[in-house]
Amino acid sequence: MADNNHSNGRRNFMATTVQSVGLAALGGMLWSGYTDSVKASPLVLRPPGALKEEDFLTACIKCGLCAEACVNRDTNVDKETGLQRPGTLQMAKGGDSVLIGTPYFIPTEVPCYMCEEIPCVPVCPSGALDMSSLLNEKEELDINKATMGLAVVHKESCIAFWGIQCDACYRACPLMDVAITLEYQKNDRTGKHAFLLPIVQDHACTGCGLCEIACVTEEPAIFVLPNDIAKGKAGDHYVKGWDAKDQERVADAKGQETMTELSKKAADDYLNTEVEY
Amino acid sequence: MKNLKYLLLRRTTQIGLMFLYFAANAYGWNILAGTFGTSYIFGVIPLADPYTTLQVLATGFVLATDVLLGAAIITMFYFVVGGRAFCSWVCPINMVTDLANWLRRKLDLDKEEVNYRFLKRSARYWIMVLGIIVSALIGVAAFEVVSPITIMQRGIVFGFGMGGAVVLAIFLFDLFGVKNGWCGHLCPLGAAYSVIGSKSLIRVKHDHEACTNCMDCKVVCPENQVLHMVNKESISVTDGECTNCGRCVDVCNDNALGFGIRSFGSSVLKTEEKAETK
Repeated sequence: MADNNHSNGRRNFMATTVQSVGLAALGGMLWSGYTDSVKASPLVLRPPGALKEEDFLTACIKCGLCAEACVNRDTNVDKETGLQRPGTLQMAKGGDSVLIGTPYFIPTEVPCYMCEEIPCVPVCPSGALDMSSLLNEKEELDINKATMGLAVVHKESCIAFWGIQCDACYRACPLMDVAITLEYQKNDRTGKHAFLLPIVQDHACTGCGLCEIACVTEEPAIFVLPNDIAKGKAGDHYVKGWDAKDQERVADAKGQETMTELSKKAADDYLNTEVEY
Repeated sequence: MKNLKYLLLRRTTQIGLMFLYFAANAYGWNILAGTFGTSYIFGVIPLADPYTTLQVLATGFVLATDVLLGAAIITMFYFVVGGRAFCSWVCPINMVTDLANWLRRKLDLDKEEVNYRFLKRSARYWIMVLGIIVSALIGVAAFEVVSPITIMQRGIVFGFGMGGAVVLAIFLFDLFGVKNGWCGHLCPLGAAYSVIGSKSLIRVKHDHEACTNCMDCKVVCPENQVLHMVNKESISVTDGECTNCGRCVDVCNDNALGFGIRSFGSSVLKTEEKAETK
């Protein structure tokens, strides 16, 4: 009897252990799958100084201190009513299609006003908002160093590209004439007018979204996209032969010439002669 | 009249803390700002949830010192006041699940309680470990993605959105599903605080001589397996799963339960006693 009980006990123990491990594995897979799917929100705009999206999601501890600093900053006052305005940064809620509890902003609701003192960044306790990425040459916090996103112009709906005079985004830009410049072009349709075309300068645009909310069209013709989405990439194998600095990348490269029957008869190279590189 | 001393104290603490968190965002107060992930007292002293901190560390991200310091402060604090004192004195979900539990008793739902054999009280420890593993695998603090605790807290501070559904789900689960289902079976944060609580200083003490075996304490206790000593021996509740909520102390009419300091020599004493009886 005692032996029987003993082996039953052991069998039960084995069974419950296997059951627990199995259920844990099931739960782990469901949990992992869910977590993996909700962390993919490629169209989200993060606060200034945020790490690369993948690292940001890892690092953000979802405390909300950035959002609290944003809404409670001294300058966040409606000039007409004297009351506090809503903050730029929101904490993602269920149903927002952004990883829950992480800070983000929607330019058409409240853009980033690019406060000089950047209240949202130094309060970050975890390192998800990286102060060092916002330091200028003088080691001072400089909001112009922010790379929250990149404004993109949709030419077909931008009325300036139609020839109508509009420079709303150009004037709304906190880095006027630096991040958005106006390019003059002859309007061949009328023959006597000019196009004043807004051109976003990739190296200077911070992605604040002030242009987007200023845009006069029904749906903004200029809008901020996350850098990963807005930017292409030529690839390392393209070298700018006219750029001395870029040329350094291939300083050690060795030329390789293939001689065939055809190459004996050289083509005329009139385009590349007497050109300064 | 029933004594409600600790219940009222707890509700005051819970609501008071939630109001301070709310006011930090709404009015720019500086007393207690942030959320459980990380908060600051007067903008200086950092506090951080140790389990959240562990999850982030598991992803491989090297957290800034403020969070690590905050987690150390919180861990030390609960070593003193009792690990799961967080659950019953701070966590806002506790008010939801306590309401569900109270309604269960009023609606006689306890009597026909379905025996959910698959859901054991130990499940939370599995979930706690699983949360760390999933965090490491996926690269995001895994429990923070689903935690009704921080969803409710952020809901109070920043607005609920769809997050309210999660809180409602917990309420329905505890009311119509498993008794003490969330806090007593599933919550990995409570499990983490249980680990701290198994060594913590302030504990409920039982006086076997005074006890009249009315069992009122076991009815109100959300983790009544920890009260195994009632009317048996005069010892402290040493189990980490005790939340130090004090409901048992409140309902005891015999002064057989009260808060005290864990007696560290007891286990040694017991083995000596056992040796003598042999």
